[in-house]
Amino acid sequence: MTNEALQNLISSWIPELEFTEEGSQFLNISVKPEQLHQLLSQLKSNAETSLDYLFCLTGMDYEKSLGVIYHLESTTHRHIVVVKVQTEDRENPTFDSVCDIWRTAEFHEREVFDFFGIKFNNHPNLKRLFLTDEWEGFPLRKDYVDEINMVIK
Amino acid sequence: MDTTIKNSNLKSEEYFINMGPQHPATHGVLRLLLTIDGEIIKKVEPDLGYIHRSIEKMCERDSYQQIVHLTDRMDYLSSHINNEAVCLTVENALQLEIPDRVKVIRTIIGELTRIASHTLWWGVMGMDVGALTTYFYGFRDREMINDIFEETCGARLTMNYNIPGGLMFDIHPNFVKRTKEFIAHFKTKLPEYDTLLTGNVIFQKRMKGVGMLTKEDAISFGASGPVGRGSGYSCDVRKHHPYSALDKVTFNEVLKTEGDSFARYQVRIEEMWESMSIIEQLIDNIPEGDVQVATNAVIKLPKGEFYQKVETARGELGVYINSTGTKNPYRLKFRSPGFSNLSLLNHIAVGGKIGDLVASMATLDLVIPDIDR
Repeated sequence: MTNEALQNLISSWIPELEFTEEGSQFLNISVKPEQLHQLLSQLKSNAETSLDYLFCLTGMDYEKSLGVIYHLESTTHRHIVVVKVQTEDRENPTFDSVCDIWRTAEFHEREVFDFFGIKFNNHPNLKRLFLTDEWEGFPLRKDYVDEINMVIK
Repeated sequence: MDTTIKNSNLKSEEYFINMGPQHPATHGVLRLLLTIDGEIIKKVEPDLGYIHRSIEKMCERDSYQQIVHLTDRMDYLSSHINNEAVCLTVENALQLEIPDRVKVIRTIIGELTRIASHTLWWGVMGMDVGALTTYFYGFRDREMINDIFEETCGARLTMNYNIPGGLMFDIHPNFVKRTKEFIAHFKTKLPEYDTLLTGNVIFQKRMKGVGMLTKEDAISFGASGPVGRGSGYSCDVRKHHPYSALDKVTFNEVLKTEGDSFARYQVRIEEMWESMSIIEQLIDNIPEGDVQVATNAVIKLPKGEFYQKVETARGELGVYINSTGTKNPYRLKFRSPGFSNLSLLNHIAVGGKIGDLVASMATLDLVIPDIDR
C-alpha cells in the first residue's frame, strides 16, 4: 500500500492520530499513550496493513518528554510504518507493553526500561537487562551524569 | 520421568545452574540462567551486559566519521558490513551520489565478509557438537580472506575501510587476483564441509528436529538472517531492500522450511555458494572511477530521522539516526540481529536437553558484542 492509502485507512480507525512524512523516509504516526496498544494491535491484525514484523523498538529522550518509536514492516505487503508515542511524565513514564503482539518486544522493552526508565504495563518480566539491579539512574537519558565512567568532551 | 525413579522414593526437582559467563559454548561473555529438571530444560534466561560499552551513548558524543569505527566492535565478524550500514545512512541523509566503483567494491567486500563469518561459524559449530577438525578447516579458508583484508585495509579483525562518502583508499593491486584465487580454492574446499560434517549421521541426529522454530514465531520474535530463513521466512534485506550494487547481481535467497537446527545450518552452507556467485559476477567488472566523494571535514546531517537496514552475516542490522542538524547525532540506535535472535533462545530450547541447547545456540550464530552494544 502507498503511504497515502495507509494514512487514509489508519486515520479511519482512530481520528486523533497525527501523520507526517516530513524529515523521514517512512510514514510516521504519532499516537497518545492511551491509544497506543489499540493502534498497534490493529496495525498487526488488519489484513490490509498486516504489520507483523517489529524490526526496531527505540527509546527516546526528547528532553521535555520521553518516548518510544516502533518501526513496523509487513512481511506480506512490504510497506513500513513508524509509530511514535511520547509522555511528559519523566518521573514515572509508562506505556502499554506490546509483548502480546510481537514477542520480540519483550527484550526490546527491557532494554528501553534499562536505559531510559520507561515502564511497560503488562510486561511479563520487566527488570534490568544489561545493567545490574543496583544501578542508579538511566544512562541513555540526556540528563544522566556519571563523572567516573563517562568521558565528556 | 523414568519409571525406576517413579517407583522408588527418589524425587526429581527443579533447580537452576549458571551457564557462563565464561562457558566455551556461549562464544563470549554471555550468561544463561538455566532452570532444569534433571537434564530437561525448563527455562533459559539470558543475563546480558558483561561487555556492554554503551556504544549508542558514545555515538551521541562523536562525529559521524568516528561513529563508523565503533561499529566494527559490535559484530566483529561483520565489521565491513557494519561500517557500510553507518556510511549508507549518512550518505543517504546527505543525498550523496556514490560512485559505482565504491558500490561494487563494497558489495564484494561485504560478501567476502559473509563467507569469512560463515566459515568461522561452521568451524565453531562443529566444535560445539564435538567435531574438532571443522575448526581447522574453517580457519584455514578464513585465513585467505583475512589476508585479502589485511592487504586492503591493514587490519585482520576490527577492519575499517568504509568512510562516509566512499572508501578510505583504492583497492590493493593484488585484490582482484587474490579474490579470484580464493574463490577457485574455496570451490574445491566447500564440498569438503559437506563430506566432513553435513553428511555425518551423528551430527544429523544432533541437529534434525532440534530447536524447532515456526515461521510465525520467527517473525514474531524478529528473527532475521539465516535463523529466519531456516524457518522459511523470506527476510533477506539484500533482496527486499537492496543497497550498494546488490540490485545489479542475481542470486537466490536460500530458504528452508524445516525450522530446525539442521535447516539453519544448511542455509549458511548454501549462502556461501550464493556469496561466491555474487563475487564472481562483480569481480571482473569493477568500474573505473573515484573511490570517494568529497565531504566536509565536519559532517552535519540535516534535521530529521534516517534509517538504513543491511544484511550482515547474522541478519538484519538497522541504523536509526535522529539528527537535530548538528555534528553529532541526537540519538543513534543500532538494531542488532543478534539481540533479536537471542530472544528466541528460550523458546527453542525449552523441553530439550542441555546438549541440544548448545547445538541450537550454535545455529543462532550469536556474537555477544553485537548483543551487548
